[in-house]
Amino acid sequence: MEELLPNLALGFSVALSLQNLLYCFLGVFLGTMIGVLPGIGPLATMAMLLPLTLALPPVSALIMLAGIYYGSDYGGSTTAILVNLPGEGSSVVTLLDGHPMAQQGRAGPALAIAAMGSFFAGCVGTLLIALVGPPLAYVALKFNSPEYFSLMVMALVCASVIGSGSLLKSLAMVILGLLIGIVGTDVSTGKLRFNFGVPELSDGIGIAVVAMGVFGMTEIIRNLAGAHMIQMISGGKIEGLMPRWQDLKISFGPILRGSSIGAAFGPLPGLGGTISAFTSYLVEKKLAKDPSRFGKGAIEGVAGPEAANNACAQTTFVPMLTLGVPATASMALMLGAMIMQGITPGPQVMTSRPDLFWGLIASMWIGNGMLLVLNLPLIGMWVRLLRVPYRLLFPIIMTMMGIGIYSLNSSGTDVLLMAFFGFAGYILLKLGCSFPPLILAMVLGPLMEENLRRSLLLSEGDPTVFVTRPISAGFMAATGLLLLFFALPAFRKKRS
Amino acid sequence: MGQALSLRENTVRLKNKNPQDFWCAILFVALGALAIYLSRDYKMGDALNMGPGYFPTWLGAIMIGFGVVIGGQSFRIEGDEAERQALRDWAFRPWLVLPGTLAVYALLMDADVGFVPSLIVLIIGCALAHKDVHWRETILLSLFVTAGAVAIFSYGIGLPYRLFWWSD
Repeated sequence: MEELLPNLALGFSVALSLQNLLYCFLGVFLGTMIGVLPGIGPLATMAMLLPLTLALPPVSALIMLAGIYYGSDYGGSTTAILVNLPGEGSSVVTLLDGHPMAQQGRAGPALAIAAMGSFFAGCVGTLLIALVGPPLAYVALKFNSPEYFSLMVMALVCASVIGSGSLLKSLAMVILGLLIGIVGTDVSTGKLRFNFGVPELSDGIGIAVVAMGVFGMTEIIRNLAGAHMIQMISGGKIEGLMPRWQDLKISFGPILRGSSIGAAFGPLPGLGGTISAFTSYLVEKKLAKDPSRFGKGAIEGVAGPEAANNACAQTTFVPMLTLGVPATASMALMLGAMIMQGITPGPQVMTSRPDLFWGLIASMWIGNGMLLVLNLPLIGMWVRLLRVPYRLLFPIIMTMMGIGIYSLNSSGTDVLLMAFFGFAGYILLKLGCSFPPLILAMVLGPLMEENLRRSLLLSEGDPTVFVTRPISAGFMAATGLLLLFFALPAFRKKRS
Repeated sequence: MGQALSLRENTVRLKNKNPQDFWCAILFVALGALAIYLSRDYKMGDALNMGPGYFPTWLGAIMIGFGVVIGGQSFRIEGDEAERQALRDWAFRPWLVLPGTLAVYALLMDADVGFVPSLIVLIIGCALAHKDVHWRETILLSLFVTAGAVAIFSYGIGLPYRLFWWSD
């Protein structure tokens, strides 16, 4: 605890270097810009921009990628408020009251309060990571293979349970992700597996390739199907950015509560921003003197969920940074980027690379401040961007994806793979499957196999090792309870 | 006559109630079988000493298991309207055009035809995925975006791809 201040000081000295400030800004700016585009969520944005970060030194690359992550998250909220678009994840909650506000000509205050709420929540989240991170990493250092294996099983099951669609299909997507993760060279025997005779596959399939295919491309294909063609804002001008004093006063409580909810939910595997935003919305509706205002442009309905979402976005970094086990698909991409930078994820990162750990945390706080400063004056630009017809927009997006993926290894194989995953992803989408579990599993696959192998070696082939060691047994019990809780109703009827 | 009717009723009862789940199940079983088939040459080993085939074979088996359960359910539980609709409106045009265009772009880049022509083909090809194509607009867009991409990626970031097949 007494080391918190020197640690944060180290972090800020790293994050405030001119170079890292620049990359943080670049990440936040590009992330918001791409995130604003309808139908592109944080995952697709990160996958699309990941190649840009690869040439940077590790700390700068992760700072930029983190900026892209929360920038695109915020960009998604902007779109949700301005365009009534049932977009990705957490924005669904924001538009409930954000869009009615925009229709009443109050898009400015809605966006401003979203930015302020996000900033406050970002501060809370950052502080929490700084407080919780070190003790958690200390505990995690005692973890052995069985603990890691069970933890990963829990993370994957959580991601499937929480996601949309059928639980069974999500679990099957986990298995499919693990299978995709097997492609390449087996770590312990050096055996080439599932490479179909293609030499480029011996290093495995890049996570950016798969993520861009299944998130970016399938989303574009679906948008082009025209089932829900994008409706731009009613053309009304946005006047008066600043919220009234009254708005601020009403919003303070929701932001505070939203931040706590989000910060608490973030580290739990699978519980993404959507769940915390929804919880916050329900809490605010319950606490409101006049709940009937909700859904008709209540500013609390924007402030609370946005804060919750952003606090959650910050604290999801905790398990990824301290345990090396990502809790969400976005964090799986972060972890993938870390591995590409030659950093072995895990609890030792904090001690072996304190500059990276604390620099990243400090940069998140700075990045959230940038979001606040950046977005209020730039709203006009985002609105213009949203007015560009989709038939012009999607070839541009495809071009960026094409260039980005080709530049990863200067190889057409990656582009062909992305095309394949877009093609196959659309089939899976049509069959009712969801992709976050697949991405998470793909990254965890090799780690899981390795930990399973070591666990069984440790126990001399006895599979009960996962339930006889107390911490591992705890993870397994939690996993079992979750499955039981969600599976019982799911077998009778579909989850809503 | 009566017998024929009841026979038809029987077939009706066996009719699949959720084609989305049914085809999903078929796909999962096929993928699981493929995983096991591909792992056939990898040494299986045992729990104590996992060979390279151990993990993928088990995953394939679990995948088949999920497929069987989902497939079984598709005969019991009626699908809702959204699930039935999903398979009906398939976006054939973008589904085929976009991956196809990317494949052409990949081949052009690998053939070292040059960044500029590859991008122009990519952009025009992608634009064809939209149901109404405005040719003039599309060509202008391709020139404009290519110019922007060359400025950002070739001159800005310094990607080392030659611009045309005659340049170096």
